[in-house]
Amino acid sequence: MASATRLSVRNIHKSFGTHEVLRGISLDAHDGDVISLLGASGSGKSTFLRCINLLEVADRGEIVVDGERIEMVTKNGRNVPASRKQVDRIRAELGMVFQSFNLWSHMTILDNVIEGPLHVLKRPRAECIAEAEALLEKVGIAEKRHAYPAHLSGGQQQRAAIARALAMKPKVMLFDEPTSALDPELVGEVLRVMRSLAEEGMTMLVVTHEMSFARNVSNRVIFMRSGEIDSDGTPEELFGKGGSPAFRQFIGTFGS
Amino acid sequence: MDIPFLFQTMKTLLAAVPMTLALFSLSVLFGGLLALLVVWMRVGGNPVLSRFARGYIFVFRGSPLLIQMFLVFYGLGQFGFIRHSFVWPALREPFVCAVLSLALCTAGYTAEIFRFGLRAVPPREIEAARAIGMSGFLLVRRIIAPIAFRHALPAYSTEIVMMVKSTALASLVTVWEVTGVAQRLISQTYRTMEVFLCAAIIYLVLNFLILQAMALLEHRLSPHRRAAAPLVPGSLPVSR
Ligand SMILES: Nc1ncnc2c1ncn2[C@@H]1O[C@H](COP(=O)(O)OP(=O)(O)OP(=O)(O)O)[C@@H](O)[C@H]1O
Ligand SMILES: [Mg+2]
Repeated sequence: MASATRLSVRNIHKSFGTHEVLRGISLDAHDGDVISLLGASGSGKSTFLRCINLLEVADRGEIVVDGERIEMVTKNGRNVPASRKQVDRIRAELGMVFQSFNLWSHMTILDNVIEGPLHVLKRPRAECIAEAEALLEKVGIAEKRHAYPAHLSGGQQQRAAIARALAMKPKVMLFDEPTSALDPELVGEVLRVMRSLAEEGMTMLVVTHEMSFARNVSNRVIFMRSGEIDSDGTPEELFGKGGSPAFRQFIGTFGS
Repeated sequence: MDIPFLFQTMKTLLAAVPMTLALFSLSVLFGGLLALLVVWMRVGGNPVLSRFARGYIFVFRGSPLLIQMFLVFYGLGQFGFIRHSFVWPALREPFVCAVLSLALCTAGYTAEIFRFGLRAVPPREIEAARAIGMSGFLLVRRIIAPIAFRHALPAYSTEIVMMVKSTALASLVTVWEVTGVAQRLISQTYRTMEVFLCAAIIYLVLNFLILQAMALLEHRLSPHRRAAAPLVPGSLPVSR
């Protein structure tokens, strides 16, 4: 594989108290990779994603985003980022989409989308608005740009949240169960947006329970179990003959 | 009913309204700024500052404003280092003392009001802001403060109305605001009912206007809480 490594994670460990949630996870995402992260509830998928953009700080391990290594230091016996500036910069390069959308409720959809480019990247307002409107068009909610999050359906809110993340022109997009909070009939509209992103070559790390997405859209599937990577391969390998017994049992519960 | 007397009384009392408004606006302004400082100490994470802020809030909420005002007015001069410092010429002024004690007191209440506003900010929305690279002052200015202020506004309106009424206490340290002038009129005319009635009407009108303004502000700041469209199925009850 000749394409650039957008994200490289080495040997991440994370404990909450005595509970070791991540036990040495490593992963490389190359340009255009769409990686589905599967695993039972409590296997550490969210914690792993949150460690990547430092919403949680890993106890051990290394994270490199587009060639830039996140500097860590030990303070009072704990591993902490060396520079808040660097953390902010890295976070701006990683788009995060949350299960519960987490739009800013007091802002219109358009204001949600321009907030980052305007105030974090400090770009000209007119440019931010033009790009935001194009993004809202792309995710299919242009007509909602002056509405507030509470006035949108869950599917529309999640698409707005995706537009908000894309407005930062991220190098990698992280999705944490983007469709799990949605009614079944609204899942499709969000998956369609994610699929078109994948087709445009966005590098994506997607925690999901949507087996159709894992099978048909992603080019790599990682199955996590008790804080470790249990299986890792192409969807064909894993959903074919290559998956571990634990993986077979896991997908068995989805009836596929 | 003695209309000419009422008219004359009203005229005299209205002349004192600018003083009442000056007491009110300066103490709300300085009290608000001080409240920001106190709430920052209270929730900033430093245990010493937090304890100090707690103590401050307890003292100024827990004791009568009138006594606080007397202590500032009669008490500060007892300290030689204050009497000989450059602030003494200002602190000798009843007006300055009144504003100072009103501001100190409202800061205690307002700090608690702001703190409850802060607690109502959904952690998820803060996290979303961190995830796009916001931190520090930018995060406070763009996300935390606007949401917290919206939550605090109803309680803050109440506090502001209380402050209009509290300015009346300044009359007891010889500041000639509406209540003070009313008392002087009474001592000259012995017509308690009519004079206080006029004063009460003035306070009611002031508070009516202030409440209208606050309600307007609240309305302006909360389009997201009004139903524009019926809630569409499919959205979980997420934070709003
Ligand atoms: N902030 C925290 N403090 C303590 N324990 C935590 C914290 N966050 C997560 N955990 C624990 O870590 C484990 C892994 O949680 P995580 O949310 O990463 O799982 P997950 O794979 O995302 O599960 P789900 O599918 O339910 O979202 C769980 O046992 C959880 O209780
Ligand atoms: Mg999770």
